[in-house]
Amino acid sequence: MSIQKVQNNKAWFMVLPVLVLVAISAIIPLMTVVNYSVQDTFGGNEFFWVGTEWFQEILASERFHNALLRTLLFSGLILAIEIPLGILIALAMPKRGWGVSVCLVLMALPLLIPWNVVGTIWQVFGRVDIGLLGHSLASLGIDYNYTQNNLDAWLTLILMDVWHWTSLVVLLCYSGLVSIPEVYYQAARIDGASRWAVFRFIQLPKIKRVLLIAVLLRFMDSFMIYTEPFVVTGGGPGNITTFLSIDLVQMAVGQFDLGPAAAMSLIYFLIILLVCWVFYTVMTSYDNDEQSNGGGAQ
Amino acid sequence: MLELRNISRHQGGEIFLDDVSLSMERGELNILLGPTLAGKTSLMRVMAGLDKSNSGELLFDGVSVLGMPVQKRNVAMVYQQFINYPSLTVFENIASPLRVARVGQNQIDMQVAEVAELLQLTQMLDRMPDTLSGGQQQRVALARALVKKADLVLLDEPLANLDYKLREELRAELPALFAAMGAVLVYATTEPTEALVLGGNTVCLHEGRVEQFGPTLSLYRTPNSLRSAKTFSDPPLNSVEVECVAGQFIYAKSRQLLGIKIEKIPDGRYILAVRPHHLSRKREASDEIEIEGNVSVTELTGSETFVHFSMEDNSWVALLHDVQDFAVASKVKFYLKPQHLLLFDSNDALVEWQPEINN
Repeated sequence: MSIQKVQNNKAWFMVLPVLVLVAISAIIPLMTVVNYSVQDTFGGNEFFWVGTEWFQEILASERFHNALLRTLLFSGLILAIEIPLGILIALAMPKRGWGVSVCLVLMALPLLIPWNVVGTIWQVFGRVDIGLLGHSLASLGIDYNYTQNNLDAWLTLILMDVWHWTSLVVLLCYSGLVSIPEVYYQAARIDGASRWAVFRFIQLPKIKRVLLIAVLLRFMDSFMIYTEPFVVTGGGPGNITTFLSIDLVQMAVGQFDLGPAAAMSLIYFLIILLVCWVFYTVMTSYDNDEQSNGGGAQ
Repeated sequence: MLELRNISRHQGGEIFLDDVSLSMERGELNILLGPTLAGKTSLMRVMAGLDKSNSGELLFDGVSVLGMPVQKRNVAMVYQQFINYPSLTVFENIASPLRVARVGQNQIDMQVAEVAELLQLTQMLDRMPDTLSGGQQQRVALARALVKKADLVLLDEPLANLDYKLREELRAELPALFAAMGAVLVYATTEPTEALVLGGNTVCLHEGRVEQFGPTLSLYRTPNSLRSAKTFSDPPLNSVEVECVAGQFIYAKSRQLLGIKIEKIPDGRYILAVRPHHLSRKREASDEIEIEGNVSVTELTGSETFVHFSMEDNSWVALLHDVQDFAVASKVKFYLKPQHLLLFDSNDALVEWQPEINN
């Protein structure tokens, strides 16, 4: 018996469009950045090989450390606020009736606004002279000025992000909550389970997966945040709100330090990849435990 | 003892329960039988205290429990869906009612082990519910109900989502398991056969009303109304309209004689009903009634034959205990022992006339 292997190279043409798209959108730009990150130039299109010099410089620079810490702090804070707040709002939302669509539309509104518009809205909103928030606070005698006070700048940015993105967490959690059959709540009532027990043992396990997605999305988005703080504070006052992305743009576009900027981009990219991987692994490890205990049933 | 007195429940113009009065003893199995939307679940929800009735009285051991919240009633309920806590192990799931009741750890270990043994879950105590098969998941839910030692145990079609074999298995075990608890046991089902296998007492429900309540077997043998007989018949009950003139019965439509004569029955319209398995192909005695019809379809199930035929424009079905094929539209004759005839008057109430039945 002989098996004839049919050579059919036509298949390659089928995947060609995808290859071209991915190459243009991801691989070529990424490789360009890699290329810049290991070379130096003094202009005139002359490049010199510098090896890992830029990477060492970035990793050792205090400017990078500070920007990284600021970004991590920002992501940590908005996760700590948006996730619990999102769950609470989702729990409080009506499950049926006319209220559902009203709530959903209201929730979706902030998500529909373009990022730079959100930035502009809050930039105006917080202004002490004409902004609703800034002016009201000022007339109440509270000393608020996000362009001069470090804490105020942070508060404004966090408030803006919470306003903009908590809805996403709410919508994801809500979708998880409404998929829980009514009988679960009934059974819990018969068992005499408390409100907390219902949340801890029925609702939380059932929304665990969407919650994981919410945390991942919010982490990635907030870690890469650029437009809104750029519009509102421009990284200031001083550089107190200069997050990694803002710092990167200043380096690449402002100072035209292509080498260090490329090295920083790659480090930035790897950090996001690493943190997401850690998040994902930690949050799904529980599931895997369950499955391995199950011995392959189901 | 659980007593329901004139319980009614309606909402938004829809009637869920209509003047339900029942009394159920501890240690007895009470079956709620009726098609979907007959009010089985509504009745259970009121019994449990999940829903309030609009009127009526609910007594447990002589004490009114209407105002008592469900948490305080010591009720256990098992559903058609397999409801367990998804993030807790089988052990913790079974232990959950004991934890709520703040039972000590030693007691919990002992009682969970005992119940797990009964329901053959000992090997699975460390596993998560969603890694178990459907039958095992339902066993966990049953174990939770069992360990709670509730005064009232409500089983809402607990076997409906299980496959045939598992259903048979659990059905055989269930009554014995719960009878030992001394609880009032209520079991809802849509299947007449299930009610017969389980025994106990049966409540025939129809559109929120109790049609009949009594020992399962006697309900099956002497339904007091046409509705009750229809609810308690699978395959569906055959019926035909007849008229009685001076003791002689004739078909209301074709005006032909049935060939039965019953003394001391007032003239008028009646409904004659026959259970499908009481129709037979052979005439065994001279007093048997002949039924003639046109075959519309024959279903063969391997050991049984369902012959659907039209009789005086009614669709009838005969259940024969062997495999026989009939040509569509052919004429077919069946015979029926007079004692198997069920006769209902124009108010759908049973007319008692039969001689003694020996099934």
